[in-house]
Amino acid sequence: MKFLSLIWSSMKRKKLRSVLTLLSIFVAFLLFGILCILKESLTGGVSATDAARLVVRHKVSFIQMLPQGYANRIKTIHGVSLVAHQTWFNGMTKTMDNASDVVVPSFPVDPEIFMKIYPELVLPASQMEAWMSTRTGAVVGKTAADKYKWRIGDHIQLTSPIWQTEAGANSWEFNIVGIYTGAKKNTDLSGFLFRYDYFEEMRGGLDKSMVGWFGVRVDDPQQADAISKRIDDEFANSPWEVKAEPEGAMVQGFIQQFGDIASIIRAVLSMVFFTILLISGNTMSQAVRERFAELGVLKAIGFPNGLVLMLVLGESCTVALLGGLTGLAMAWVFSLGGSPVPNFLPVWYMKPQDIYLGMGFALLLGLVTGAVPAIQAFRLRIAEALRRDA
Amino acid sequence: MSAESSDLVRIEHVTKTFHRGSEEIHVLSGLDLTVARGEFLALMGPSGSGKSTLLNLIGGLDRATSGSVIIENDRLDELDDRQLAAWRARHVGFVFQFYNLMPVLTAQKNVELPLLLTHLNRRERREHAEIALNAVGLSHRLNHFPRTLSGGEQQRVGIARAIVTDPTLLLCDEPTGDLDRKSGDEVLSLLQSLQENGKTIIMVTHDPHASARASRTVHLDKGQLSTTGPE
Amino acid sequence: MASNWLSQLFTVALFNLRSIPARKGSALTAAVGIAGVVAVLTGVLSIAEGFRKTMTSAGSPDVAIVLRAGAENEMTSGLGRDETRLIADTPGVARGAAGPLASAELFVIISLPKRTTGTDANVPLRGVEGTAFEVRGNIRMLEGRRFESGKNEIIVGAGARREFAGLNIGQEIKVGRNVWTVVGVFTSGGGISDSEIWTDAAVLQPAYNRGPTFQSVYVRLASPEDFGIFKNGISKNPELKATARTLPDFYSSQSEMLSQFITVFGVFISVMMGLGALFGALNTMYSAVASRTREIATLRALGFPAAPVVVSVLAESIVLSLAGGVVGAAAAYWAFNGYQTSTMNFQTFSQVSFNFAVTPLLLAAAIAMAAILGLFGGLFPALRAARMPIASALRDS
Repeated sequence: MKFLSLIWSSMKRKKLRSVLTLLSIFVAFLLFGILCILKESLTGGVSATDAARLVVRHKVSFIQMLPQGYANRIKTIHGVSLVAHQTWFNGMTKTMDNASDVVVPSFPVDPEIFMKIYPELVLPASQMEAWMSTRTGAVVGKTAADKYKWRIGDHIQLTSPIWQTEAGANSWEFNIVGIYTGAKKNTDLSGFLFRYDYFEEMRGGLDKSMVGWFGVRVDDPQQADAISKRIDDEFANSPWEVKAEPEGAMVQGFIQQFGDIASIIRAVLSMVFFTILLISGNTMSQAVRERFAELGVLKAIGFPNGLVLMLVLGESCTVALLGGLTGLAMAWVFSLGGSPVPNFLPVWYMKPQDIYLGMGFALLLGLVTGAVPAIQAFRLRIAEALRRDA
Repeated sequence: MSAESSDLVRIEHVTKTFHRGSEEIHVLSGLDLTVARGEFLALMGPSGSGKSTLLNLIGGLDRATSGSVIIENDRLDELDDRQLAAWRARHVGFVFQFYNLMPVLTAQKNVELPLLLTHLNRRERREHAEIALNAVGLSHRLNHFPRTLSGGEQQRVGIARAIVTDPTLLLCDEPTGDLDRKSGDEVLSLLQSLQENGKTIIMVTHDPHASARASRTVHLDKGQLSTTGPE
Repeated sequence: MASNWLSQLFTVALFNLRSIPARKGSALTAAVGIAGVVAVLTGVLSIAEGFRKTMTSAGSPDVAIVLRAGAENEMTSGLGRDETRLIADTPGVARGAAGPLASAELFVIISLPKRTTGTDANVPLRGVEGTAFEVRGNIRMLEGRRFESGKNEIIVGAGARREFAGLNIGQEIKVGRNVWTVVGVFTSGGGISDSEIWTDAAVLQPAYNRGPTFQSVYVRLASPEDFGIFKNGISKNPELKATARTLPDFYSSQSEMLSQFITVFGVFISVMMGLGALFGALNTMYSAVASRTREIATLRALGFPAAPVVVSVLAESIVLSLAGGVVGAAAAYWAFNGYQTSTMNFQTFSQVSFNFAVTPLLLAAAIAMAAILGLFGGLFPALRAARMPIASALRDS
C-alpha cells in the first residue's frame, strides 16, 4: 500500500501525542486482556466441565456426607457407566516462607476409577503404577507441585482440622509418586489426590465409610438430565437424599453464588472503553483539525475526497490497532506467566475468542474515533482549508 | 493553430459570491478573461480584490457562483468533485505562498506525493521526483526535511512538486511573497524557464518585480479587471 | 510585593480558566476521562468496603470464639460436649443468671433459591444455645419472636430474608426430612449474622446426625481485657485442643481473602485506567498549551515571570480533573452506595449479604486520585509552556 508511508509519517508528526494516544489505547487493551483472563478464570470452570459427567451430592448441601456404598447403587442405574467418589480433606501445608498454613485442595479417591472419569488429568503410566503400588502415595497437579516445590519421591505431611487419624493425630503422611498435567489449557492443576483405602483405614470418628460426593460418567451426554433425575429418584426418602446434576450446571450454580461476575466485569470494561474512546477520539479530531491546511493541499494536488477520508481513517485505525494489538499481546504474555494467585485462581489463560474479540474492538475503536474527523476531512473545502493557514 | 486551441483558459461571465452571516460579498462580478497557451500571466491587485479567488476557480479548488471556467476542453463547472480532483491531478500544478510542504516528509517524498495518484511504481516515482528536483536545482537536497531548508529552497521543492506530473497549467499564489529578494528572483527565473519550456503559468502577486517577469499582467479591483498591462 | 505576585498569578490563572469554554471539547474529554476512572475506582472499592464493613461491624471485642486447634473456620472445626463445657468454665467468661455466658454452636449450610436469580445458593444455618443472644449482645428481633427450644423453629437474619425466597414469618422450609417454620426475623445491625438462619442447636444435632458435637463456642468475656486470661486458659488446658480468638479478629480473618481480592482487583483496574486517563489528560493539556502559545508568549513578552504561566496551566488541569473527580465520585455514590447484594465468602462457602458502601474516606481518596492525575497531567505541559522561547512563540500561527 503506497499510502501507508504517508499515514505513518503523519503519525510521526507529533510524536509525543501519538505516543500518549498509543499508550492510553495500549493500557485499555491490556486491561481488556487481563479482565478476559480473569473472567475466564472465575467463570470458565463451566467450559472445563465434561458434558458426560454428573455430580451427585447430599441434597441439603455438599458439606454433608454420603455412604460410600451408594457408588454401587448408582452404577446400576440405567445410562451410568462409571462412578467415583471423592471427599474434601482440607489438607493444610505451610507456605514457602513458613509464615502461615494454606489449604491444598486435597481429596482421597479411588485412583483407577477416578482417573478414568477425569481423563483430562494426565498421569504417565509409570507414575500411575507407582501410585497403585504405594498405599501412602499421592499425586499432585503441576501447579501445586510448582508452588510447594514438591517433587516425585518427596515425603510430606498435611494436617487436616477435619480428619483425625484413629490415633488422634491431625497430621497425615504422604509420598509424592506422581505429578499430573492437564489435557486442556483450563484444567485445574492445583489439586492433591491420594488413596481412599489409606484414608479409610487410618481415619477415626463418626464418618467412617462416608464420602463427600460422587462423580458419575454417563454413556450419553444427551441423557444427562434424565439420568440425574433417575439418580435423585433412586434415593428419594432414604436417610441420605441426593441431588444429581450435570457437572456444568453444578459449576454454573457455584459461580452464580459469587454474584454476577461477568456483568461486573462487563460494566468495568464498558467504562474503560467509553473513556478511552473519548480520549483517543478527541485526540484524533484534534490531530486532523490541525492538519486541515495540509489536507487541503493534498486535495489541491488532486487527491479525491474519498482518498483523503481513507487516509484519516487509515491513520486512526493504525493507531488503534497498533495500541490495541500490543496491549492484547502484552496480556497474552502475562497469561503465559501463570496465575499470580494459583491457589485462588488456578486456571489462567487467554481464550482465543477473547483475542479475536479484542482485535475486533481495536478495529472498531479505530473506525469510530476516525469517523468524525474523516468526515470533516472529506467535506473540507480546499479554498477554506488553504486560507486557514495563511 | 485554431483560436480555440491557442486559448488554454477561458473565463466567461464568472461571478463569485460569499456569504458571511446574512451579508453577501461579491468577490467576482461578471469577469471575463482568457489566457493563451504558453503565457506567463501575472494577476495583480490589492488585498480582497478577488485575485486568489480567481486563481482557485481556475485551479478547480472552488466553484463559481455563475459563469463558466473552461480549461482546454474541460468545463470545470460541469465536473463533479471526484472528476475535478482527477482533473487537478492531471492538468494543474499549484505553488503556494507558504510552500505548504508536508513537514513530516522529505523533499523527495513531498515531490512524490502527486505521483501517488498515478500508476507509476515505487522506482518510477522516485526517478520522476529526482528529475523534478534536479530541474529546480535541488538534487543535493533530496532527503532533507522542509524545516532544514531555506525559504527559497522550500519554494523550489514546492515548484518541483507542481511540475512533477508534467501539468499543462501552473498556478502560483504569491510564490515570492514570503521570500527575500534574491530567493524570490531565483524562483521567478525558474518560472520563466518553465514558461520557455512550454508551461502556461498564472501567478497571483502584488510584487511589481514579480509581475515584471511575466509576459502579461492583469489588474483586478473589486472583482473586475481594471487595466491590462503591456504584452 | 507578595500580594502583587499573587494577583499576577490569579489574573493569569483566571485568564486561562476563562478560556476553557473555547476549548470545551477537549477539556470535557479530559474531565469525563477522569470521571470514568474515579467512578470505577469508587464503585469497585465500595464492594470491598461494604463487604469488610459487614464482616467486621458485628464483632464486639468482648466476645470470643473458640474453635478446634488448626481450624480456620467453623466449617472445619469440631468440638465435643465435654470440650464445650470446659470452654464455658474457663476463667474470663462473663456469668449470667443461668451460669457462664457461653453458647456452643453448630454451623451447617443449606441450599435455598436466591430471589434475584432463582438459583440455589448456600445459606448458613446456625444451631445455637439459648445463651447466644446474651453472648452476642447485639441481636434485635425485627419481627416475630425467638425460636422455642426443642422445636423445629427458625429465625432468619434480615439479609438472608432479603436475598432468599421463602423466608417470611409463617413460611416453612424443608431441609432433608425435616420441616422448619420461620417464627422471627432478627438483625445484628448489619453484621454477618444478618445473613444467617438460627435455630436450637439441640434440634439441629439429630437432624444432621451430629450426635452431641458442636463446631464452635461463642463466649462473652467479663471485659475485653480478660481476653488474655481466657485465651491462656484455653491453650493451657491439657484436656482441650482448641484456640480462642476475639470476634473482630475472627471476622476479619474470615473476610480477608475476599475483601483483599476485591481491593487488589479494584486498585489494579483503577491504576490501569488512571494511566490511560493520565495520557489523555496530558494530551489535552499539551494541546491546550500549544493553542495558547502566542498568548503565553505575549504575557511573557509583557514581563510576566514563568511562575504564573506554570500555575495557570496546572490550575486548569487540576480544576478539570477535580471537576471530573467530583462528578465521578458523585455518580458512583448515587449508583452504588447502599446497593444490596450478596456473594459467597470463599472461606465459609456460604452467602454473605451486604451493601456496597461508598464511605466518605473512599470519596476523599477518589477525589484525591483525581487531583493527583490532574497535577501530573498538567505538570509537564506547564513546564513546556514556561520554557517556550518567547521570540519564536510570538510568531506562532
